[in-house]
Amino acid sequence: MAESHSTTYGLAHHFDDIEQQREAGTLGMWAFLITEILFFGGMFLAYILYRAKFGDAFAAASAHLDWRLGGANTAVLIISSLTMALAVYYAQVGDRKKLMLFLVLTMILGATFLGVKAYEYYHKYLDHLIPGFGFQWSGHGAPKQVEMFYFIYFAMTGIHALHMIVGLGIMTVILIMAKRGRFTPGYHSPVEISGLYWHFVDIVWIFLFPLLYLLGAHLHQ
Amino acid sequence: MNIEVQKQPPRTNYLNATYGIKSWLLTKDHKRIALLYLASVTFFFALGGLFAVGIRLELLTPQGDMMQAETYNRVFTMHGVAMVFFFLIPAIPATLGNFLVPLMIGAKDLAFPKLNLLSWYIYNVGALFTLIAIVTGGVDTGWTFYTPYSTTYSNGNVLLTGVGIFITGFSSILTGLNFIVTIHTMRAPGLTWFRLPLFIWSNYAASLIMILGTPVIAITVLLLAAERIAHVGIFDPALGGDPVLFQHLFWFYSHPAVYIMVLPAMGVISELIANMTRKNIFGYRFVAFSSMAIAVFGFLVWGHHLFVSTQSVYAGLVFSFLSYAVAVPSAVKVFNWTATLYKSSISYNTPILYGFGFIGFFIIGGMTGLFLAALGVDVHVHDTYFVVAHFHYIMVGGTIMGYLGGLHYWWPKITGRMYSEGWARFAALVIFVGFNLTFFPQFLMGYMGMPRRYYAYPEEFQVLNVMSSAGASILGVGYLIPLVYFAWSMRYGPRATENPWGAFGLEWRTSSPPPTENFLETPKVTWEAYEFRPREEAEVIDITRH
Repeated sequence: MAESHSTTYGLAHHFDDIEQQREAGTLGMWAFLITEILFFGGMFLAYILYRAKFGDAFAAASAHLDWRLGGANTAVLIISSLTMALAVYYAQVGDRKKLMLFLVLTMILGATFLGVKAYEYYHKYLDHLIPGFGFQWSGHGAPKQVEMFYFIYFAMTGIHALHMIVGLGIMTVILIMAKRGRFTPGYHSPVEISGLYWHFVDIVWIFLFPLLYLLGAHLHQ
Repeated sequence: MNIEVQKQPPRTNYLNATYGIKSWLLTKDHKRIALLYLASVTFFFALGGLFAVGIRLELLTPQGDMMQAETYNRVFTMHGVAMVFFFLIPAIPATLGNFLVPLMIGAKDLAFPKLNLLSWYIYNVGALFTLIAIVTGGVDTGWTFYTPYSTTYSNGNVLLTGVGIFITGFSSILTGLNFIVTIHTMRAPGLTWFRLPLFIWSNYAASLIMILGTPVIAITVLLLAAERIAHVGIFDPALGGDPVLFQHLFWFYSHPAVYIMVLPAMGVISELIANMTRKNIFGYRFVAFSSMAIAVFGFLVWGHHLFVSTQSVYAGLVFSFLSYAVAVPSAVKVFNWTATLYKSSISYNTPILYGFGFIGFFIIGGMTGLFLAALGVDVHVHDTYFVVAHFHYIMVGGTIMGYLGGLHYWWPKITGRMYSEGWARFAALVIFVGFNLTFFPQFLMGYMGMPRRYYAYPEEFQVLNVMSSAGASILGVGYLIPLVYFAWSMRYGPRATENPWGAFGLEWRTSSPPPTENFLETPKVTWEAYEFRPREEAEVIDITRH
């Protein structure tokens, strides 16, 4: 039955047809994203536990974060999700120029997010708020507990930023593939699957922003 | 009813398709990757075994005369780390599973061959970190890395070992991911879920645990490492952290991890029982669903490790109840296997001997697990040799029996050669005797109050400890014998036919060893699982012949 070798473009040798390959890739990415949820889940659990335990210190520490920068970054990521979705759409309809345009826009927005994040990290460094490396805290709340907040803050946003960097790498590969005209309306699952990853990383931030930035926003520093 | 001897001329198979070390190190063939894994896990089995020798030698006498307490701490820790993370967890899925999942479902390869190869490299990078940690002094925390042992009081290479385990975890995630996607999307035409071999069901269930549990241990170890670097206490009570949080996170993975070890072994046993009795397994669907039930319940019982760790009595009650609940699907399997054996015509060859061994060990290990899940009894025997004996009955008596039984059963398919049946039966017997002599006395000493992880003990325990050490040396010999005759068989063993056991299943419908693409033509499945019906056998063969 498989004698008639179809000249299906982009098909790996061990799949029967392009549809099977697409299903496998998509399911693989979803399964991977589930492992990611559990990976972040460990940190969310630690956050919940210590927020309940050290509520005041967490609110004070959170108030020290700049919610405007965090909010701007949230907007940047939401827009990048839109541009990513548009990139997938133009891959489906086979418009190479627009696909590339929206991939580049997505990458610019991703890089903007990382730039803002780096700026925030730098100011935390200037304020001696890096846990374990000369941490100093003179505001409200026990310094040890505030340090715990910043430990969790850096762990969560750091690992999130790492995912953003990986995402930028993936987008670079997809952009090069798009430039070489590798995607057709019949074969574009790499764009879709990378899009899933990108949206997931955005969604993680949607949870991180209120948990970390808005906790003590009502307390004016 | 046995299938006629293969009369095709010798042709290329996955072993001789290409030559050279590069063709192995860069292979994307799941069968070759399985063999690469086989080499790696065998190395760690031997390494873990060496540490076990150290433990049993020290415990021959009541005094600590061979090593110091600190050394002993390192030896039992490295035994646990090597065996659990680098042997038992990958043992069956990464070797037999890798080899058999595509063959059993009639696929050409796993869904992501490059990720499969990557997983082997990741395993080895993690292994390298751990080996460096061992060579430069080891770790003394116990394989569980409980805080504050692993934070305030440890003198060893917790960081290096932690990084090693963190990295190796990703090889497990990739394997699980690959299995799930492959089983979902790449089954041969006609191979519906309820026609799947039970080995596939159990590996599917184990894969779910791998992708859901492993990321949690990864982040836990990462936080532990960051905590050691930054001296901020997520887990360390001296720094304001909560050590019980570590125990919760650790066991959220590490209890289900026991099912990563034992579920694939259960799948092997289902195959052995069905094929050596030539019957469909009794209650196929119940056995299939019991694997899924074990995977689900397995995630809800971790608290039974914390009965004495300040967990509330109510949480303890719930976890105790749920731990009893997980015994139900386990018992379903055991009853269904024995019901399959009932009034069947059993071929008493080496694989089924391991199958019998598994059932016996699993019953003892499982029942003593119920003792431990009972709140009151657990307070009495917690952290004693009773616990050590219990989990060795499951992990060694269960997983390794399944692993060895499967290795013997599929050896002709993997290598295209038969092994020496006489020696193999002898080795199975030696292992059975050695295992029981090693671990049964540990139940007794544990119940009488001998704590685990001590290098010296009161004199009244010496007789039992000597028995245990004697058993360990017999067990060691039992493990060495297969190593010898398997090595011999690879070169001198008689050639195996396509289906030397007259077994059912797609993997037996291709040549031994299989060609690189597994099947010359994609098989079409028109039969139920284990449908041993002589009348239809001829028709079944016709379909897969070309």
